[in-house]
Amino acid sequence: MTDLLSLYRTMVRIRAFEDAAERASQGGVQIWGQSAAADAEPALVKGPLHLSTGQEAVAAGVCAHLHARDLLTSTHRGHGHTLAKGADSTRMMCELFGRAHGYNKGKGGSMHIADFSVGMLGANGVVTAGLPIAVGAAHALKLRGEEAIAVCFFGDGAINRGPFLEALNWAQIYRLPVLFVCEDNQISATTRSAPMTAGTQAASARAEALGIAATQVDGNDVLAVSEAAAQLVAGIRAGSGPRLLHALTYRHKGHVSVDPAHYRDPAEVAAALLTDPVTRARELLAARGQADAAADVLAQAQAEIAAAVAFAKAAPFPEAHEAFEDIATTGEGAWA
Amino acid sequence: MSSAVVNPPAVADATPDTSALTLSYAQAAALALSEAMQADRHVVALGEDLGRGGVFGQYRGADGRALVERFGPERIIDTPISESTIMGAGVGLALAGMRPVVELRVADFALCAIDELVNQAAKNRFMFGGQGRVPLVARLPIGIWTASAAQHSQSFEAWFAHVPGLTVVAPATPADSYGLLHAALASGDPVVFMEHKELWSMQGPVTPGVHQPLGKARQLRSGNDITLVSWSRQVHAVTEAADALAAQGVGADVIDLRSIWPWDRAAVLESAGRTGRLLVVHESIQAAGFGGEIAATVAEHTAARVARLGAPRIPVGYAPTLESVARIGAAQVVAAALKLLQR
Repeated sequence: MTDLLSLYRTMVRIRAFEDAAERASQGGVQIWGQSAAADAEPALVKGPLHLSTGQEAVAAGVCAHLHARDLLTSTHRGHGHTLAKGADSTRMMCELFGRAHGYNKGKGGSMHIADFSVGMLGANGVVTAGLPIAVGAAHALKLRGEEAIAVCFFGDGAINRGPFLEALNWAQIYRLPVLFVCEDNQISATTRSAPMTAGTQAASARAEALGIAATQVDGNDVLAVSEAAAQLVAGIRAGSGPRLLHALTYRHKGHVSVDPAHYRDPAEVAAALLTDPVTRARELLAARGQADAAADVLAQAQAEIAAAVAFAKAAPFPEAHEAFEDIATTGEGAWA
Repeated sequence: MSSAVVNPPAVADATPDTSALTLSYAQAAALALSEAMQADRHVVALGEDLGRGGVFGQYRGADGRALVERFGPERIIDTPISESTIMGAGVGLALAGMRPVVELRVADFALCAIDELVNQAAKNRFMFGGQGRVPLVARLPIGIWTASAAQHSQSFEAWFAHVPGLTVVAPATPADSYGLLHAALASGDPVVFMEHKELWSMQGPVTPGVHQPLGKARQLRSGNDITLVSWSRQVHAVTEAADALAAQGVGADVIDLRSIWPWDRAAVLESAGRTGRLLVVHESIQAAGFGGEIAATVAEHTAARVARLGAPRIPVGYAPTLESVARIGAAQVVAAALKLLQR
């Protein structure tokens, strides 16, 4: 049984990372929960930054049951999944800052964050694109007789693109070891998902229509996510074939960090913040007499992310010639 | 679709060199694939209708047996009609250590998998800083083929040549179908392997073990008056045209590009610099085609006069009278060459 303190640790590392990244994209650096430093910085994160603040329980609860050899694909909102899968926050922050020491050598940035060494095969700038890749990875695991599984996170907006149906059908007909995780934050980019989606409880209903058992869970209750994921992952490892976890959560921030998300009712946001998964976990820890331990974990996470930011700020950018590397032959005519 | 093209005799007795087989273009590719699968258990093929030997028999050996009988359904994988996921799963298979050959029936249907090919397969290695490699071969049959009309007749090689990260290959003969498919499988990066549907039944010598490098052109005729560059099906029209030109006293260098990207600039620039005239011929639409790239490169680097010959910018029609408007033949090549020589 994965303990709550461990899940909490993963969540606060994600929260601190996301907060620091958000501030770094706006100019200035501040670590979540710490007093503001009066530093004016140029924006250190240049490109689109899709934050998973508020969704930490899904990443933490699912990835707690994965091993390094298990494979994972993610969405454009992939920092939390990557951290939870075991990636190093310093190399991640370097990548967001476009530095040579980043996981992708500064070639990918936030939308393509990945750590292949822990089986995290990449965030993706295209909605739904991670699902076919995950089923292909699961297909490889099955062909090779490996015991590992593949997991893919996707949002509620992804279920309206064709590859969702294709990938689920594929996983089911070949009985692949794959867990589909719908991280349902209820908004597709900046539009409500519900009026754009036919049917109710559509992620689960569509999976079940293909014979894939689905489990719905409160995605802001990290213990509930963890318990559901534990069962599904164990079943998949035992040969159940694909399963779907539908986790209902809420995105605290806009689609990208510069999006103030005015399309949401402030009352709705206020209500949603009352179900913040990090706060809920902390309160539960306190009720169990672990308030001090929780405070220590939080301080460690804040120190870790502050160090990651400091390292990334000082790290060099890649050399221009590296733009021509890590690519299939460009031929003599790369400039033509 | 007819599969009559797939059952010619495996070995022609007339071939004096016993090490060379006479195979169809389709059988040559099947031989390369089966050799690669035999040598490396990570090589798998996936696509629609592979179990019955492929839509055009290209997954059927020279003995007529479907490759699935030899390698089993786990390695010759029949898939649902799910182009996005055939290609996307190919990316995932590759990232997880396999070497997938992805079949998309006709290149026109690859447009249903364009995100997976262009945004996922082609970009992966770069975007993730070299953490991942996608050794994927996408077999996309191109070209006009017996009244197949506007959605089954297109040649998209220029589209894929435009995409960084993709290698683009278009063999014109059984020997190159064999030798270049081996090279594509060995490259370690995504390769768009474009086979011409009108060439499936073409017979030719294939010597097992003779592989071809990617990016290396082949010279088919030598002459000092004009350079004719082509690839895929049009190589044969151009060769026929060169013979007709020779009869009129015009000596043509004929170059089969074989790889569209990377392309053999050195061979083309040397020839065009020497002859002073370049005509590029391709079956795909002339406007914004790859011929324009070659013509511009030659114009930038030599004093040669350049011209292009490709299809008009119209969808391929069904009726023979309409289809023929889009089809380039030797007579048109001869006319274009003579016109260029007079400029």
